[in-house]
Amino acid sequence: MTDFFIGIMTKYNYWLYIILMMIGLYAMIVKNNLIKKIVGMNIFQTAIILFYISIGYKTNATIPIIKNAHGDHGTGAHKLIIHAADYINPLPHVLMLTAIVVSVATFGVALALSVKIYQRYQTLEEDEIRMRLREK
Amino acid sequence: MPWQIDLIVLIFVILCAITAISVKDLLSTAILFGAYSFMMCLLWAIMGAVDVAFTEASVGAGVSTVFFVAAVFNTTRRTKD
Repeated sequence: MTDFFIGIMTKYNYWLYIILMMIGLYAMIVKNNLIKKIVGMNIFQTAIILFYISIGYKTNATIPIIKNAHGDHGTGAHKLIIHAADYINPLPHVLMLTAIVVSVATFGVALALSVKIYQRYQTLEEDEIRMRLREK
Repeated sequence: MPWQIDLIVLIFVILCAITAISVKDLLSTAILFGAYSFMMCLLWAIMGAVDVAFTEASVGAGVSTVFFVAAVFNTTRRTKD
């Protein structure tokens, strides 16, 4: 039993990412307002990005920039001995940089669509939009 | 990363997310969502992903908050849930 709790406590950040992801999923499913649904989608996306960034993290490692590797004042990169354990893995960072830009683009398109829906139906609530559609 | 700072910032992120989806005013949701994005940016700076952190601070927190406030002023602040 104590091993179980120790296993949960040492991986506490993954549990908190799952909580964040479930908050986003709840908002996408349950909330009636369209803009609240869009915010839930964005929370879900950032929870996944957070999970990927935390995979690349290493304890006792520094940011992935090699000192004195550029320019003529350094010793040159070919002479340096680099240990991968001293640097945080930059591959998930680059992948998630793309995901952030994509998430802002989807956010903007979704807000533009909800503005058009408001201009047509004068409401942002999902049940009221369904009611207006049924009247026609 | 010191686990105390990480845990405190993660709890702030979760509180911002819960209040952003449960508050009954869309302009408040916009501002709380901006606070959420800045907390997320702080978390990435703690985890050593500095490139992701400043992209999130400029694009995620800045531009998407501007989009959000513009959308709220073009529609309505009223929400039922």
